[in-house]
Amino acid sequence: MLSSYLTMAAILFCIGLYGALTKRNAVIVLLSIELMLNAVNLNLVAFSKYGVVPSLTGQMFTLFSIAVAAAEAAVGIAVLIALYRARGTVNVDDYDEMRR
Amino acid sequence: MFNIDFTGEFVAFFVFSVLIISGAVLMVSFTKVVHMVVSLAAVFIGVAGMFILLDAEFLAFVQVLIYAGAVSILMIFGIMMTKHQDSGAERPRTLNDTLSAIGALALFGILFYAIRQSDFPEPQTVPDGTVDNTMAIGQQLFTGYVVPFELVSVLLTVAFIGAIVLAKKEAD
Repeated sequence: MLSSYLTMAAILFCIGLYGALTKRNAVIVLLSIELMLNAVNLNLVAFSKYGVVPSLTGQMFTLFSIAVAAAEAAVGIAVLIALYRARGTVNVDDYDEMRR
Repeated sequence: MFNIDFTGEFVAFFVFSVLIISGAVLMVSFTKVVHMVVSLAAVFIGVAGMFILLDAEFLAFVQVLIYAGAVSILMIFGIMMTKHQDSGAERPRTLNDTLSAIGALALFGILFYAIRQSDFPEPQTVPDGTVDNTMAIGQQLFTGYVVPFELVSVLLTVAFIGAIVLAKKEAD
């Protein structure tokens, strides 16, 4: 059963990676990153039940990573809104100051 | 390798997998951004169901509250406050998209091969399901993890104050 959960998390991570690399809307890129974080959390919880030494440590790690992910989402959206005010767009292709 | 007995856990796992994968695939294929967020909420709820299957009831509730509730609503606010009318439907497929798809598929292939090749040893101790999960997490949180717990509270305070300061309109 453990390998099923790990495969599931790998599928979720790869879909999130594809979304983060291809989507043009910056909000959707943030959402794809949340998807990848969720896949990692699923791995941690799966090992906390089916690992060699089952313990609560995996669940504690997941709890902290959820808290950090929530902070990351809030700051990310705030940065996006500030960026939208300055540039008038949320298309990530238009944020290209660094390569001009 | 695929000798699966049809227990209740497997059936529930299958249902949640279908929910998660269909939500995620719909997320990358929808063109309207609000639809993407709604399908993402389905993915988050499916992951919460998997947490329940893995005996992590407290985390399942946290997942529903934080992800399916707070993060989805935050993202919808972010979409509403920015321009979201132009959907990327007319944009042609670029080389970048193809390379990204190949890269993601290659990563999945490597991960799948590694998961199938490695043999995971059986758990040494069988966890008893009688322990209250929430109470055990609370005891861990206030004994072994006190310092990280307080640091996370400081981090959340700083992050949310920073978010308000960043998103506030500058006084002209």
